[in-house]
Amino acid sequence: MTIDLILFLILALIAVATGLGMLLSQNAVYSALFLVLNFVTVAVFYLLLGAPFIAMAQITVYAGAIMVLFLFVIMLLGAERLPPSQALPWQRPLAIVLGLALAIEASFILLTKARPTGQIVPPSDAVNAVETVRQLGSVLFSRYLLPFEITSILLLVAMIGVIVLVKKEKWERQ
Amino acid sequence: MVPVEYYIILSAILFTIGVLGVLVRRNALVIFMSVELMLNAANLAFVAFARAHEVAAGASLFDGQIFVFFVIAVAAAEVAVGLALIVEIFKSKHSIDVDQMSSLKG
Repeated sequence: MTIDLILFLILALIAVATGLGMLLSQNAVYSALFLVLNFVTVAVFYLLLGAPFIAMAQITVYAGAIMVLFLFVIMLLGAERLPPSQALPWQRPLAIVLGLALAIEASFILLTKARPTGQIVPPSDAVNAVETVRQLGSVLFSRYLLPFEITSILLLVAMIGVIVLVKKEKWERQ
Repeated sequence: MVPVEYYIILSAILFTIGVLGVLVRRNALVIFMSVELMLNAANLAFVAFARAHEVAAGASLFDGQIFVFFVIAVAAAEVAVGLALIVEIFKSKHSIDVDQMSSLKG
């Protein structure tokens, strides 16, 4: 067993455990904190996969901005816990059965039919140099310039949409 | 050396946890977090395949990473709009239990 396989297994264990923690904790704040840990674990995976820029973007955007927004809304609404209700009693067992069916089917297909091949070797130290990010930036701003600009328009639209959504109408204010 | 299929299986497990979260939980915020988990699982598969491709080609290729970058940007926009919607729903219903959003009235 090589060192990066051991690293992978430990990190995978943490990722699955924090995912299950998010799924199972009754308090939404704990769910959010488990998810932060999951995102950080995935960021470490990105480092192992030779994508340091994506790893840092993952930590700043996901674990930083998005989860802070989540925690802020949870605390703003005071919706950490929901009162128990029995609106759809058959829904939960059915959902668990269907989810497990998806898991079994996906693993069956991945292990027998469409087995991905290829090996992942740990990145050399050169990947973590500034040069890699510079190359990534130049690809982003040359070949992928149009999608990049569309992303900026998307963010602008989202921003305007949010402002319109939460703004009170004139007649509502009076 | 780690086979790329280990990463894909991990990604499938995380995606299934996200699906289960969407199906099982009633708290709209937790459902939303599960969607984020699914996006992350897909991103992980993307970067793993990109890396395997890089190793096979023996050169630095950034296409997979740039796609993940776009997915992160779209997720950020989606979270902003979604959380604003949840806040609005809470204002009118005083609950974010998705079982109670069954009236189809504005």
